[in-house]
Amino acid sequence: MTRKTRRLWLVIACVACLGAAAALMLKAFSSDIVFFVTPSQVAASAPPADRTVRLGGMVVAGSVKREKRGETPIARFDVTDGQAAVTVRYEGILPDLFREGQSVVAVGSMHKDGFVASEVLAKHDETYMPKEVAEALKKSGKWDPRFGPPPSAASWNSMTVQDAKKGLPASNAPAAPAPAGN
Amino acid sequence: MLSPELGHYALALACILAAAQGILPLIGAHRRDRRVMMLAPGLAVGQLLALLTAFLCLVYAAVTDDFSVQNIAANSAVSKPLLYKITGVWGNHEGSILLWALILGICGAAVAAFGRNLPSALRARVIAVLGAVAAGFELFCLTTSDPFARVWPAPMDGQGMNPLLQDPGLAFHPPILYTGYVGFAVPFAFAIAALIEGRVDAAWGRWVRPWAVAAWCFLTCGIALGSWWSYYVLGWGGYWFWDPVENASLIPWLTGTALIHSAIVVEKRESLKIWTVLLAIATFSFSLSGTFLVRSGILNSVHAFANDPARGIFILGLLAVVIGGSLALFAYRAPTLTAGGLFAPISREGALVLNNILLCSLCAVVLTGTMYPPFMSLLFDRTISVGKPFFDATTIPLAIPLFIFMGFGPMLPWKRAQLWPVLQRLWIAAILAAVAFAVATFGMSGILPILCSALAVWVIAASVLDITERVRLFRMPLSGSLQRARMLPRSIFGTAIAHAGVGVTILGLAAMSQAQHKIVEVPVGTTEHLAGYDWTLTNVTQEPGPNYSAMVATLEVRHNGKIVTIMHPSKRSFNSQNQTTTEVSIHTNLLADLYGVLGDKHGTDAAPTYVLRLHYNPLAPWMWLGALIMAIGGVLSLSDRRMRVGAPRRAKSSPNTVTAA
Repeated sequence: MTRKTRRLWLVIACVACLGAAAALMLKAFSSDIVFFVTPSQVAASAPPADRTVRLGGMVVAGSVKREKRGETPIARFDVTDGQAAVTVRYEGILPDLFREGQSVVAVGSMHKDGFVASEVLAKHDETYMPKEVAEALKKSGKWDPRFGPPPSAASWNSMTVQDAKKGLPASNAPAAPAPAGN
Repeated sequence: MLSPELGHYALALACILAAAQGILPLIGAHRRDRRVMMLAPGLAVGQLLALLTAFLCLVYAAVTDDFSVQNIAANSAVSKPLLYKITGVWGNHEGSILLWALILGICGAAVAAFGRNLPSALRARVIAVLGAVAAGFELFCLTTSDPFARVWPAPMDGQGMNPLLQDPGLAFHPPILYTGYVGFAVPFAFAIAALIEGRVDAAWGRWVRPWAVAAWCFLTCGIALGSWWSYYVLGWGGYWFWDPVENASLIPWLTGTALIHSAIVVEKRESLKIWTVLLAIATFSFSLSGTFLVRSGILNSVHAFANDPARGIFILGLLAVVIGGSLALFAYRAPTLTAGGLFAPISREGALVLNNILLCSLCAVVLTGTMYPPFMSLLFDRTISVGKPFFDATTIPLAIPLFIFMGFGPMLPWKRAQLWPVLQRLWIAAILAAVAFAVATFGMSGILPILCSALAVWVIAASVLDITERVRLFRMPLSGSLQRARMLPRSIFGTAIAHAGVGVTILGLAAMSQAQHKIVEVPVGTTEHLAGYDWTLTNVTQEPGPNYSAMVATLEVRHNGKIVTIMHPSKRSFNSQNQTTTEVSIHTNLLADLYGVLGDKHGTDAAPTYVLRLHYNPLAPWMWLGALIMAIGGVLSLSDRRMRVGAPRRAKSSPNTVTAA
């Protein structure tokens, strides 16, 4: 065994392992990546039902409904980014920090009758807003962080939510940044 | 006496001492001036004393409810139990950075105390590097996150602590995890010192390994404790969420595991020297980045309690200096390190190299999966996330060969080996693994869990066989075997136990993929059936706690009509934060966990219904038990005689320390 052959073996082993790792990652990237969508994106074009996505936004105040099918508890609530609202159906226990008018991320997929969540995430901190939700709110012009904390969902979404439910385009949402005054 | 101002002064003093510790010994070592070099231990101990004073001041302020200190006012309250007043000190950003600095100070003082047999120049340089890193962190603490800042007027009561953090598991998780993170600063300092000296030899490997193993043990326990905490506190029945913060601790663990293995090759065969130095640098760099990821807003995640992007700039600068500087030094000096001994691909060295390659591939996968989403959002403005499906699909196929070779590795002789004799010695393990595979196909679903269970049995059996072969159990009289066992170095037992621990963890993980759960909304008196158990909700009451009020359910669990346990899952409402937490009730018989969660109360007051989440988690405790066994193996290795007194002196010429283990 000379230094050269040993180096050859090392290179072969490294290339094999890292190549396998890269191949696995590329394959996983094409199928297992979860995209973040906002309710207005879902309203514009719904993702296919077999694709898991993260739906983020604020829980519309007064929209949470609980029901039972047999012994299974089901929660329904609307998630909005101020331009459109999507109804989320979730079987299970909502997290402790789930509140109406606060931000939430629902992991699941879009079905014919609405969004079916397999997991609902709320942060372990009452002042927290998921980064994606904050971005979506900023983009929709609903919140400018320079003017203070995010607005409570109840104060600004009532009009657009109903519009979105009627299937109207979201273009009548206010274009100018609305300074938070809650 | 222990006023916050004294603490602040002590912290500033520690920073100055650390800066001196980072500069003077280096100058001394460069000039070969013994007197200047001998300043290093004194400065390290002085820095530790100053940090201890600062830390005690903060603890004292927390215990005495001094709400004029901003940090205490924001994170504590009069009604908080004493234990959490103390542990709350490191439950927030400022305090956790101070704790980090304190542990780094302890590491420096430990090198000063236990490194007496090191050459004085090497010891001076190691302590100096630790001092320089500490100076950076203490400056960060002083300038951007002063734990002793006062507020005026002082509030009557604090804002209280996040109730989720008021938990014994989380109270002790940060110190242990941080000790693991920071502990890798010592191998890092050894690597930098070796690069400055331009010399790495067997003795260096022998000196650096105990520190790496000790840090690894703490990191292993810290990760396991964090996983256990999320299992029983978050109430989702999950134990690992592939959350960026969790990954940030897993990445240095993977490179650290590679480090403790490659350092063996340096110690025994003087090979893989440059690689080991690089691993030591990488491990600490990942540890630092782990803190950075948690402490800045870069990777927002459900676990980061104290994130603040403004401080991120300072940390980013600190990271650039430490990581960039050390890598630049590595690039400049590594070519001067001479290549080591030769070995065949099939040999102990070869197996350890393979272990390193596989662990680093795993690390690369986890790192990519963790960093890809922030990069995507930064560069392409697309918000994505990668979760369990991604990591399952990428890590498991890479981990499987690692587990297969774990069985062979410790049995291969050094330098040059034949595979066939080793296979012959492992036939019992192979049969046991095949039996496990056959049994698992009946009881489990999914090919990967079945394969992983078989491999877990393979790893455990191979570890046991390694010992029985070495002591020639059943091949000679028992007394002879015992005699041989007594003569075996403890590190051999350490290896076998740590590897068996890995097997136990894999078995737990594989079995947990078969967990069952059920979510129901029922009135009191209903019985549910899950996994052969009958769960009856018999009662729900309201009970007051020290700083919360709780809704407590009584769940009777029966198996074949016989009562197994009475569980009391509850839901606590904390008044000071307007927050609720879920208290999971877990009953374990070590083979399976029965896991009950109480959810919301619905229905009318006359006929209330309660949401219940019931889990049956087979072999769940084994996941953490395995980690504990790994750490015990590490501690056993540490107690090896060779680690303590084996190589006090550096060999003058060609080292003759190559021994067959």
